[in-house]
Amino acid sequence: MTAATDPPGQRRKGVTISRKLLPYLLSMPALLVCIGILIPFFTAVWYSLQHYRLSQPWNRGMNWGENYLNFLTDADFWNTLQISLLYAGLTVVLELILGLGIALLLQKRTRMNNLISIMLLMPLMTAPALAALMFKLMTNSNFGILNYFAQVLGFENMRWASSPDTALLTVILVDIWVYTPFIMILLLAGLRSLPTQPFEAAALDGVPRIQQFWRITLPMLMPYVLTAALFRLLDSIQQFDIIYAMTQGGPGDNLMVFQVEAYLNFFQSTNVGRSAALLIILWAITFVLSNIFIKNWLRLRERTRPEG
Amino acid sequence: MEHTSPLERILRGIALTAVVVFFMFPILWIVLMSLQTNETILRSPPSMVFEPTLSNYQAIISGQLTGNTATLEIKFMGNLLNSIILSVGSVALALLLGVPAAYAFARHKFRGSEDIAFTLLSFRFAPPLLVLLPLTIIFQQIGLADTYIGLIWVYQLICLPLILWIVRGYFEDISPDVEHAYRIAGHSWFATFRHIALPLARPGIAAAGLLAFIFAWNNFIFALVLASADKQPVTVGALAFITASGIQYGQIAAAIVLSIAPTLALALYAQRYLVEGLSLGAVKG
Repeated sequence: MTAATDPPGQRRKGVTISRKLLPYLLSMPALLVCIGILIPFFTAVWYSLQHYRLSQPWNRGMNWGENYLNFLTDADFWNTLQISLLYAGLTVVLELILGLGIALLLQKRTRMNNLISIMLLMPLMTAPALAALMFKLMTNSNFGILNYFAQVLGFENMRWASSPDTALLTVILVDIWVYTPFIMILLLAGLRSLPTQPFEAAALDGVPRIQQFWRITLPMLMPYVLTAALFRLLDSIQQFDIIYAMTQGGPGDNLMVFQVEAYLNFFQSTNVGRSAALLIILWAITFVLSNIFIKNWLRLRERTRPEG
Repeated sequence: MEHTSPLERILRGIALTAVVVFFMFPILWIVLMSLQTNETILRSPPSMVFEPTLSNYQAIISGQLTGNTATLEIKFMGNLLNSIILSVGSVALALLLGVPAAYAFARHKFRGSEDIAFTLLSFRFAPPLLVLLPLTIIFQQIGLADTYIGLIWVYQLICLPLILWIVRGYFEDISPDVEHAYRIAGHSWFATFRHIALPLARPGIAAAGLLAFIFAWNNFIFALVLASADKQPVTVGALAFITASGIQYGQIAAAIVLSIAPTLALALYAQRYLVEGLSLGAVKG
């Protein structure tokens, strides 16, 4: 693999040096752009160790770990952690179940199935913030169609995102609408790449299909399921667009997930220090998750490469 | 090959119908709503029978919303233009920076290349606000606040890793032997890259560029934090829309339809590339 473009029998000497530098030269611009993006990351770490409110610039100074220590006794912080984990856990589990179910339904390569899987791309290609607005209109108390359906089903005063009882359910519904197709596409690709022999053997032995699913399909599909789950978990724990567009974290502090809370801390209460500390904690969570994810992903990548 | 009982086929049909209805209905409903006046939207019970009108689109495109009391001016077309500038600009820059880098990563395993590739990848997973909030302050100091260039630079956060990883996979799949042969024939390194490697990786570059465009178009948080009203794309513009008073519901629906139509059209037009890109981006790398 090393220096694969080198033609054998290089003649001129100057070329060797520039060839050594070439990969660096090629990736340099991309790296510079990214380094530019790394600087704000370190600035954020710095802010998180300060007492820093935009409204009180005279009062700014280092307070080291105080922002973090304060979290221990801060009920709002625990609420944020709890609601973020709940949101991420529920969306990922529900989307996995639905996505796997749909992928199994569409497994056979018929024209109808392919058409449906193309149609399911459309929610995934809709901006999550706009999807939230669509559902906001659909749940409008005056004319929302979902409101009408709820009434028909006997839920008279369903208030969806504006009621503390149903707000979480409403944003999760939007998340499911947008992201289930993503999991479906990954698992469908996985299902269709499974070898057929084990299934033929099982069918010959008369193994019932439910058993085939639990004993053969699911274990062989597991790497794909894990990759899809971790990928979604990483995104979902950082969800901002859907929740902010739908309720801005309300009603009350019912949907104050990490990024919404940090955003409001920064722009409304102008508490830069606390906002940065919140984001660093979120980053620590995603860092652990993404390391597990990348390892898993690389293993899967190695496995799929030969057929690639 | 498989025996399916009639009962199973019926259940399967019902399940698939439910899936299609659940995922398609919101889009259908918003399109229908955009073709109605306030009176027919507010009817109870709701009905599919109405006389379609294009007046909502007319109002949105002309920017003159005639309400009950006064005429409201709205710059939705400006938002649409911003979306186009930001998405096209970001993808162009990301391709310019990303494709050569992807080639370098695929062909030369130089010192630290894996680490660098991983660092780039990990940007994909860091909370965007962690970078955005300090940037609001930094951009003000260096004069990039509320400029297209500043925004396009930040958009590289989503576009660049995507392009790097998908295109790198494609370059890795191309056998280097063809390139060897071409170089032995006396062509320069650059000519080899341009005439051999680039054309062979074109499907990958197309898939990556398409996905990057869609993700850039759909992005919400970057512009919400960094752009003021005259630089905002549709995703942020539509939010301001829905809370503004004096706007009719059909007009909001028309604005949403205009905002999602480009990505949906692209997705349908190039769905093969897209599925490939998505599973490459997520599974294969």
